[in-house]
Amino acid sequence: MNSAVYKALVDIVGEDYASDRAEELFTYSKDLGTAEPKWPDYVAVPKTVEELQKIVLLANEAKVAIVPMGGGMSLAGIALPLHGGIMIDMKRMDEIIEVNGTGRYAVVEAGTSQGKLFAYLKKHHPTLAHSMPDAPPAATIGGNMAIHGQGDLAHPHGFNSDMINGLEVILPTGEICRFGSCSMSPGWFTQHPLPDMAFFLGWGGATGIITKVSLRLFPCKKIREFDLLVVDNEELVPEILYEISHVGMSEDLTAFSQALPPMTDRLHHIGVNISGDTEEELEFKRRFIYDERLSSFFEQGTGGIVATSQDLEKPTVTKTSDWKKGGGFEYVGSVFPVSAYPELYRKGVEISARHDIPYTVVGRVIGAAHSMMFAWSYAFNRADPDSVRHANEALHETDDLVPGLGGTIWKPAVYGQQIVMKHMDANTLELMKKLKNMLDPNGIMNPGNWEVA
Amino acid sequence: MTAKIEYKYDDMIHRCFRCGYCKFPNDWSTITNCPTYARFRLESYSSGGRLWLIRAWVNGEIEWSENLAKIVYSCTACKNCEEQCPISFSDDLVNMVVAARSAMVETGLLPSPVKSFLKNVHLHGNPYGLAAKKRDQWMEGTKIEPYQNQEYLYYVGDEGSYDTRAQSAAKSLGELLLKAGVSFGVLGNLETSDGNEVETLGEEGLLEELIEKNIKQFKDLGVKKIITLSPHSYNVFKNSYPKFRGEFEVFHYTQILPQLMQAGKLEGPADLNMKVTYHDPCFLGRWNKEYNAPRDLLKGIKGVELTEMGQNKKSALCCGGGSGNFYTDFLGGSEDSPARIRVREAHETGAQVLAVACPNCLTMLEDAVKVEGLEDKIAVKDISEILNGTE
Ligand SMILES: Cc1cc2nc3c(=O)[nH]c(=O)nc-3n(C[C@H](O)[C@H](O)[C@H](O)COP(=O)(O)OP(=O)(O)OC[C@H]3O[C@@H](n4cnc5c(N)ncnc54)[C@H](O)[C@@H]3O)c2cc1C
Ligand code: SF4
Ligand code: SF4
Repeated sequence: MNSAVYKALVDIVGEDYASDRAEELFTYSKDLGTAEPKWPDYVAVPKTVEELQKIVLLANEAKVAIVPMGGGMSLAGIALPLHGGIMIDMKRMDEIIEVNGTGRYAVVEAGTSQGKLFAYLKKHHPTLAHSMPDAPPAATIGGNMAIHGQGDLAHPHGFNSDMINGLEVILPTGEICRFGSCSMSPGWFTQHPLPDMAFFLGWGGATGIITKVSLRLFPCKKIREFDLLVVDNEELVPEILYEISHVGMSEDLTAFSQALPPMTDRLHHIGVNISGDTEEELEFKRRFIYDERLSSFFEQGTGGIVATSQDLEKPTVTKTSDWKKGGGFEYVGSVFPVSAYPELYRKGVEISARHDIPYTVVGRVIGAAHSMMFAWSYAFNRADPDSVRHANEALHETDDLVPGLGGTIWKPAVYGQQIVMKHMDANTLELMKKLKNMLDPNGIMNPGNWEVA
Repeated sequence: MTAKIEYKYDDMIHRCFRCGYCKFPNDWSTITNCPTYARFRLESYSSGGRLWLIRAWVNGEIEWSENLAKIVYSCTACKNCEEQCPISFSDDLVNMVVAARSAMVETGLLPSPVKSFLKNVHLHGNPYGLAAKKRDQWMEGTKIEPYQNQEYLYYVGDEGSYDTRAQSAAKSLGELLLKAGVSFGVLGNLETSDGNEVETLGEEGLLEELIEKNIKQFKDLGVKKIITLSPHSYNVFKNSYPKFRGEFEVFHYTQILPQLMQAGKLEGPADLNMKVTYHDPCFLGRWNKEYNAPRDLLKGIKGVELTEMGQNKKSALCCGGGSGNFYTDFLGGSEDSPARIRVREAHETGAQVLAVACPNCLTMLEDAVKVEGLEDKIAVKDISEILNGTE
């Protein structure tokens, strides 16, 4: 270890926010999932863009890797220092800089937690909302952009990274760049129509560090309702999703199936989020969604509306980790056409059974059923190495399957990244390589992540 | 790999997913509602980070170090994490930290401020290392009497007895009880530490010693009912003493005074015309679910306009003084020290007075007001002082 680097970090961020101590290195060497630990040499927690920029310049000078981390919630070992170096915890950079109510956007620092923005809007701008992922509230806005996340407004508005009105990024060589209207005016109201330079979204921090995001906000209605439909035949799911998306009145449209509790085993639940400013508006939407075409499905198969509630409790997904009181789960995320649901579900049941893990699969409709994020979750017991190994093998088997079934892997672990790049068009891959080399000549920016051989 | 350490929650601690809900208040408005995480903003100081480190230490994956001990001992036992964690083991989160501390005590590996805290309590019956015979100095000039079979024992506690700022609260409460004609007495120099901090610092032997000594003394004197100045004393008397057959009727003073006011035995000061915000002490609020009594008391004072901070009741940010931190001071020295964050929050409400119901919070927050340079803007007062009209 290079104590000069540590001293320089202390000079930049102050003693409290830099560490080369075993306890911090241990903590940042692990993520929530099954990934093997990867040890950083240093940890730094900057507060300002200037401090962050100095760290990037220092890394270039000392030829030390840097790895940005937001909430560290991505679960696939991608917010780990694969080649050591400086772990940069972004969560002190969490200022909500501006909310433009009439322009419906918020400019936030990238380390702002999803929870903080959610609470801020609820309190100060109750008619506005951002698309909130089901991730724990500590997940950051920047981290979510860096992996093309999706949230509870995915059905009408797409991936979260499609909801950007401007970006500020520190390049691997230390320059600060802005994209969108903010590059030429004080307003952060649009990303288009300037030449597209979206080299940063979905790159998992391998091409630079996102420092500010202008995020599109959408109308937030006063009353929210979560309806749950159920069918016992997976083949019906794509059509039902198609019909509901044709009406276009739902905010979030999901389909899930899980072995536990036993009464839900092999059933397919379709979650429909709707909202309205009045009961009348809600009733209007219900009438359109639950029309004759939808009831005809229930007449063909068995099923019906099983529950309606005011809103879904957010920690539900997190609780997956406590299956058999084990403290862990990880999932393979993917993006597929909605029509793939039945096959993906069946593969999930098969793989889970092989590894003795109760199956859990979920799909979230993106856009007007243009695609679907589909995730296979595998719970494990953190204290039992065999259980961790099984989950890890199940994850790899699932990764292996995705290209063959015609899909792409979402936020792949390094194992999945290799699979994606193996199947990628050679010219595209070459361009990725050129871009990365051009932006990051010293190879210090999250090396090992999206690394083209 | 070093040797495995015996640990009470071996079969549970791995269940922490490190999802970080525990960093937030109910409304998710800030990621800094765990006071240690607020102060250091390193994952190692979050509840999840700390549990993972404890697990690694007891499993022999990492070695004990001063830094590890500081991480483990900086937790103020405030229970914000228990309130927020979605996993069903949440009721044991603080217990898991305390058990790690017990394991550190067993191995003799403690940070030096914790060692002196415990040594002082063992030698002098208080953490400050001040002479036991000076314990009654706070009551000089009052008419408060020694306990001799009165209805209530007024238990003052370490801070109220020795800390100059907290002494004023101890005195105010004593005077209020006198004014209201309550039959009570104090132990004076016979009083000794209640053991609440010793318990959360993981010194089980010393805790037993203190509890047994106190129970014997209380029983010998015929004590049946206790009024405490500090929520810390209230907590340990109410929840830990019964495990040692020390069954007493225990009240925090904010639970006694409202009845006295209603019965007309106690009058508040003349019309105060002041905006007040109330800081919930963790050992009254999250530990014992008493959120209303102090508020009722404040609302009952003429001219008090009670306003709430954003983080209140179950979501109140801890002052950073719990579990011995008022003495060990692992969280001090920064503008992100929890007490400083808390007084800024209090100031933002526009209140002229930050009311507290705990001598620990009183000293922590008053010091923070000074460091923040807010003395002209907001005063920190114990509710007993507001009621007594203490300047
Ligand atoms: C229970 C659970 C439910 C989830 N549900 C969803 C969901 O519904 N939708 C969804 O999209 N995701 C979901 N996730 C996945 C993930 O938690 C989120 O996508 C989250 O937003 C990722 O953000 P983060 O800050 O935790 O990123 P991190 O994990 O910290 O980082 C992700 C990647 O981005 C890089 N990075 C981080 N910050 C920056 C930055 N500022 N600039 C450049 N690169 C950066 C990191 O190096 C890493 O490669 C879920 C996770 C869990 C545990
Ligand atoms: S203590 Fe609970 S809330 Fe906190 S990280 Fe662990 S599991 Fe999550
Ligand atoms: S008890 Fe308080 S200080 Fe300790 S980990 Fe929980 S929230 Fe943090």
